[in-house]
Amino acid sequence: MRPAASPLNTDDFLPLEQSAAAERISRPSLSYWQDAWRRLRMNPRAITSLYIVMAMILFTLLGPYIWQVDPATQVLDEISRPPTLGRETLLVEDFKRWDGVQVEIAAPTQRASEQLDAPTSLAFVGIQSTDAVRISWQPVAGATGYAVYRHELKPSGVNDLGLPLGEVEGAGRVSYEDRLGLENRRYYYSVVALSGREEADRFATIEIDLPASITLSEAAYRGLINADVDPATLVGTRIRLDAHPLGTDYLGRDILARIIQGARTSLFIGITAPFLYVLFGMVYGGVAGYLGGRTDNLMMRFADFVIALPFLLFMILFKISFGIGPGESGIMPMLIAMILLSWPGTARLVRGQVLQIREEPYIQAARLMGAETRYLIFRHMMPNVMGVLLVSLTFAVPSAIFTEAFLSFIGMGVVPPTPSWGSMCNDGIRTMLSSPHELIAPAAFISVTVLAFNLLGDGLRDALDARMRSK
Amino acid sequence: MLQYIGKRLLSGFLTIWFIATATFIGMHSVPGDPLINDKAVTPEIRKNLEQRYGLDKPVLEQYLIYMRNMAQGDFGISFTQQNRAVNDIIREHFPVSAILGVLAIIFAAAGGIVWGALTATYRDRLPDIIIMFLVVLCISVPSFVFAALGQLSILRLNEWLGISLLPVAGWGTVAHMLVPSMVLGLGTMAFLTRLMRSSMLEVTASDYVRTAHAKGLSPLRIFFRHQLRNAILPVITVLGPAIAGITTGGFVVELVFAIPGLGRYFVQAVQQLDYTVIMGTTVFYGAFLVLMVIVVDIVYGFVDPRIRVEKTH
Repeated sequence: MRPAASPLNTDDFLPLEQSAAAERISRPSLSYWQDAWRRLRMNPRAITSLYIVMAMILFTLLGPYIWQVDPATQVLDEISRPPTLGRETLLVEDFKRWDGVQVEIAAPTQRASEQLDAPTSLAFVGIQSTDAVRISWQPVAGATGYAVYRHELKPSGVNDLGLPLGEVEGAGRVSYEDRLGLENRRYYYSVVALSGREEADRFATIEIDLPASITLSEAAYRGLINADVDPATLVGTRIRLDAHPLGTDYLGRDILARIIQGARTSLFIGITAPFLYVLFGMVYGGVAGYLGGRTDNLMMRFADFVIALPFLLFMILFKISFGIGPGESGIMPMLIAMILLSWPGTARLVRGQVLQIREEPYIQAARLMGAETRYLIFRHMMPNVMGVLLVSLTFAVPSAIFTEAFLSFIGMGVVPPTPSWGSMCNDGIRTMLSSPHELIAPAAFISVTVLAFNLLGDGLRDALDARMRSK
Repeated sequence: MLQYIGKRLLSGFLTIWFIATATFIGMHSVPGDPLINDKAVTPEIRKNLEQRYGLDKPVLEQYLIYMRNMAQGDFGISFTQQNRAVNDIIREHFPVSAILGVLAIIFAAAGGIVWGALTATYRDRLPDIIIMFLVVLCISVPSFVFAALGQLSILRLNEWLGISLLPVAGWGTVAHMLVPSMVLGLGTMAFLTRLMRSSMLEVTASDYVRTAHAKGLSPLRIFFRHQLRNAILPVITVLGPAIAGITTGGFVVELVFAIPGLGRYFVQAVQQLDYTVIMGTTVFYGAFLVLMVIVVDIVYGFVDPRIRVEKTH
């Protein structure tokens, strides 16, 4: 059977003309770093983390210019306040001496043994504020004095009148001034007539929702009122206090301002220390790995010793032994101690990498072609180690931030009043039950930063090193 | 094997010597000495005290004396707590730290292995995503925050139940140990979970697991006999360093929960520059850690025959 006429003819079997077009690389070639960047960009988690890290650094650098509040200023009537964007408060006159209310009454006609009535027409006098509360009442026949009580709950009986504020002597003295730790809340004032040392069984109660207030001179001192306006016209108006977006701490300092200041401590240590010890570890490990033999053995032996030191105990010991002079913050000793103790990890890593790369065929090829040592190190070894190093650097940052926070937390870190996130947590933990925001704010900043660095590290590892790629 | 253990022990002793020397140098470079606190009022008293504690001798001689005593297991007498031997302080307070640490390690290892195996089995499905999110959270939150939260939740639980189910702080009974050890182990558990997950995934993709499936073994048997046993190996390797981290990282938990462990004594001793207590605790901790690493390595040798062969040859 003859085959059907073939569609091919002999021309098809002639060699094609050589063309340069086939050899051309049609897509742009990517360098190692370009490729890593491309991979990283495809990882939304890592990119988000990268933005967070950059935002944190910007926050630290620019924060003091945007939020121009002095982190050391204490406002004593704003202690442990929850976050606020500026509460309104009543402006009241400065405290002036009050002589009270004195009425003339006839000498007691009743017997002391008889039951005394409760005071009547209990009333407040003047503007009531957290600066002072003034009350007065009508005299009670037969009384020799009055006892004044203050309660935060409605009194249920004569035995439940609350805090005994004081006693006024004399039947005609029918007023009392309370300036004892007043807060912006509801109070119940009770007055009981006295006969000698005996308290009557009847009492009168008056309640008040005390408005928060600030005196003129205090407001002027804190720059809350306009100096051009006659202060007297402002009395009784409401003014807005400073905003504290994250609240104030137990000494009445603005927490946001302290967080920004503390970021300069925590992030400075957290980024500088790893950078320096990774650099040192790289040189140490690189030299050991490259030289090899006995030198390598000796150098790595020493690194093993340093690794075996109990880290936190030595951090504390070294930090103390560098000493802290008066007025110093204690950041530098911590930095040096951290570098002295943390480099061996990187040194081991780099040494391992160098030993491995040294045996790679391309190094041998380069050497055969007459490459010098310096060329080998800078052209072939360094770029290959760089990826691994960058990853370990990213993971070193969270652990350095933790170490700083940990030391400051146990009181062995930065010296007060220098804030750091760790020392702020330490302050916050004492008031955790009554004002949790003092702990939550710095702890959240530590956690978010550490989380971002961890996720970025994961992303970098996936992007930079195919062998270390996590599954 | 014996030769290997001997070699490891020898290098362990060298390491302990290095730790002791480094502590000695670090300690003596701190300005001041233990006597400046309160006792040495007049030069005469000071001289007597120096003589009593041997501080009048040259530093090198002090070092040699100390090393000789330490080699005989005597850490000396505390400077600040009169007539109390450092050995007694350690004997009294180390067990507290150790119990806390051991419980934390058990909690961390058990949790890490279970969660890691679980996440690898449900890879990229809901349990995996939820657990890995929690794990990343645990790695990112400092331990003192967990300690505070732990204490707070005990308080709330007791309030809610109306009885004092768990004590908020202190030490003594099992109830005291429960929450602190969990808090202490949480970070390590998160770390071990990640490790276990990646090692489990690697094992799952291996040839022998595929072969086992092909042979028709039951999935449960494959999971326990083939996957889990092999995947645990990397977890065992890092247990040594993890024990180190946990026992020395215990101070925060000890501080927050008012537990009378050794960590607190160390911090106190450093503040008061109590030479003997600093030396004693550091060397003791160092020796403990070195020993732990060696033990874990030897155990590893038993668990994984490949390593045993590699090491003896």
